[in-house]
Amino acid sequence: MRHLYTWAGIFAVVLFATAGDVLISGAMKRVGDVGHLFKQQGLRAVIKAMLTNATLWTGVFFMALGFFSLMTALSWNDVSLVGPASASLTFLSNALSAKLFLRERVDRRRWIAALLVASGVALVAL
Amino acid sequence: MNLRKLATLAGVALFASCGDVALARGMKQFGAISLAHWTAVFSALASPWVILGIGLLLAFFVSYLSALSFADLTYVLPATSLGYIVMALLARFFLHENISFLRWTGIFLIALGVGFVARGPALTLDHERSADLAGNVHHAPARGES
Repeated sequence: MRHLYTWAGIFAVVLFATAGDVLISGAMKRVGDVGHLFKQQGLRAVIKAMLTNATLWTGVFFMALGFFSLMTALSWNDVSLVGPASASLTFLSNALSAKLFLRERVDRRRWIAALLVASGVALVAL
Repeated sequence: MNLRKLATLAGVALFASCGDVALARGMKQFGAISLAHWTAVFSALASPWVILGIGLLLAFFVSYLSALSFADLTYVLPATSLGYIVMALLARFFLHENISFLRWTGIFLIALGVGFVARGPALTLDHERSADLAGNVHHAPARGES
């Protein structure tokens, strides 16, 4: 039963973290390169573009949910399982979601990179 | 990929890992905080390490938003995972911690993954997506711009 709770918690972390990352990435792509925006229209335009972006703040909300799910999952099982599992699975779900929702071209090179980094993070965090 | 963009990606990796270390060091001084006495977490804000950690994590968030404004999510996440390597090397050579064979293998895999993604373009967009964004983006990036 404890394992079921733990994996449900890890699933929640991955789901919320991915939703947060995808929403924030989509929002920032719509804003465009903030470096150029800063050069052309100044800091005020950058701050306005951020503060008035509802998608960005929805993403931040999901990131916060991911953080609290992580804290909860950590209270159910060891950090040596929850940490690496959620971090590496989030890399893979982000690659899949970026392809589906952000329409990024996730080619073989990026899939290999996501798999290598996900495995590497799992080993480093163990 | 110009110097500003490289510095932003490096900032994401370094601020996140250093922020985590600073927060962990600060919170260890307080010991475990129970749910019954959760308000004790506010007293941790008096620790210089916790304040430094929060500052570094804010810097991480600003760099992260900036990086996502010019590069794909599937580029930023692997590229900035270099932070894991920096932290492991700091732990080995600065804090003199032992790094197991498994951890060195993990470091090698991350470095390999970063190498793979860094050789490709930072930003990729479908034709349809480019057309959709053209009306909304202040500065429309070129397809495949790196």
